[in-house]
Amino acid sequence: MDINDARTVVTVLGFVCFICISLWAYSGRARKGFDEAALLPFGEDDLPPSDSGRQTKEGNKNG
Amino acid sequence: MQSQTYNYKVVRQFAIMTVVWGIVGMLVGVIVAAQLVWPELNVAEWLHFGRLRPLHTNAVIFAFGGCALFATSYYCVQRTCHTRLFAPGLAAFTFWGWQLVILLAAISLPLGFTSGKEYAELEWPIDILITVVWVSYAVVFFGTIATRKTTHIYVANWFYGAFILTVALLHLVNSAEVPVTLTKSYSAYAGVQDAMIQWWYGHNAVGFFLTAGFLGMMYYFVPKQAGRPVYSYRLSVVHFWALIFTYMWAGPHHLHFTALPDWTQSVGMVFSLILLAPSWGGMINGIMTLSGAWHKLRTDPILKFLITSLSFYGMSTFEGPMMSIKTVNALSHYTDWTVGHVHSGALGWVAMVSIGAMYYLIPRMYGKTEMYSTKLITAHFWIATIGIVLYIASMWISGVMQGLMWRATNPDGTLTYSFVEAVKASYPFWTIRVLGGVLFLTGMLIMFYNMVKTIAGQKAYEAPVLAPAGAHA
Repeated sequence: MDINDARTVVTVLGFVCFICISLWAYSGRARKGFDEAALLPFGEDDLPPSDSGRQTKEGNKNG
Repeated sequence: MQSQTYNYKVVRQFAIMTVVWGIVGMLVGVIVAAQLVWPELNVAEWLHFGRLRPLHTNAVIFAFGGCALFATSYYCVQRTCHTRLFAPGLAAFTFWGWQLVILLAAISLPLGFTSGKEYAELEWPIDILITVVWVSYAVVFFGTIATRKTTHIYVANWFYGAFILTVALLHLVNSAEVPVTLTKSYSAYAGVQDAMIQWWYGHNAVGFFLTAGFLGMMYYFVPKQAGRPVYSYRLSVVHFWALIFTYMWAGPHHLHFTALPDWTQSVGMVFSLILLAPSWGGMINGIMTLSGAWHKLRTDPILKFLITSLSFYGMSTFEGPMMSIKTVNALSHYTDWTVGHVHSGALGWVAMVSIGAMYYLIPRMYGKTEMYSTKLITAHFWIATIGIVLYIASMWISGVMQGLMWRATNPDGTLTYSFVEAVKASYPFWTIRVLGGVLFLTGMLIMFYNMVKTIAGQKAYEAPVLAPAGAHA
């Protein structure tokens, strides 16, 4: 096996790896984690204390 | 509730310097654009076009763009990991170290010290300083992620992380050089290998510095400003890995019709075409985050900046793959079309998303909810947008015109036009470009005024670190 076969194998493995990631991302198993992760920027209120009580943002259901 | 606060000091420093270096870099851009229209402006050797042009690119990419990336990544990683920034001393060092790099660039480039590699012109002692600062940046960023209080790593941090790691790799490989004196070095590579490594670096500087990093910014600030989570988190995951797997291979499109082997050029072209898919996936994901809240665009100029930046991102990531097709490239390469394409990405995407993020960040760094004047943000938005449109449209026209004039031949095979005839025909469009650049710079000056009025009389503010959502829900 020469170096070019190794290069071909790595390229194909890279492609297979990407397909697997895509399938995993669109499978039901990943959903719960993704839903939690998507709310990470909102699990907190970044407005200063004087205003934070008055401001309610739509996405900020988790805070 | 803990008494610990987030480290806002380093974010604040980088945010302010983003605006300052933006003005400096764009001013130099306006000067070099004017020098093309009025060559008499090349007054002294250290103010000559050939020396100011690398100063312009370094200042806008690494000083303006770099400071924006440092500021937003430090802000985003602390807040989404619910922990204070790791190694605060090292974080302070990244600020002062990066400012020193910029200062040294601003001195050494006009003096004519250059290693001659585009976007990597700085000489070897500065290259070493960049490496030290960048490794410190990686320690601070990944240290913060390692000490996070949350289970997940938010997608924006994946993009920032990829940007930090890849830029380290690119810088180390492309800047391998043999020092001759303190101010002169030669590349460790020769011939076409040197060219290929340079454009592997060059295109991935676009792909990871100017794209992945700013996509991290987009994935944090668009949802925050829109007040709703990203449109599709699973799409963002696929978007991330698709970019990672494809970007590295696109560099050869900078070397079409050169001594680079033909198959390498074709690989570069094919991967550039594939890149359209992840790029548009990311753009759609960002824009659709606003789905159901489109009315906010009407009143919120910060959202206008962020969403317009995504539109320009979509435009330039369509244009880029198209220009990488060899037959199109035969017309576009070395003309102003390339310059227009770069500025559609740099002004439209990179600068606009950074400006939007800074308008979000700056008041929060001083315990305020918004900038001094929202009207001035709106004014900035329209002035900047008109400036970009003038810039890009004039470069498209002059670029295609130059390409057509250079390739035109008479029936006997001789060239129809001499090179200087194409230069002469370009003057009106170069004048329009100066106007576009002046407008964009004017917008930045308005931003500076707005920033000063926002900060004036305000005390620096540090927000308390909050427990992760799960812990107090």
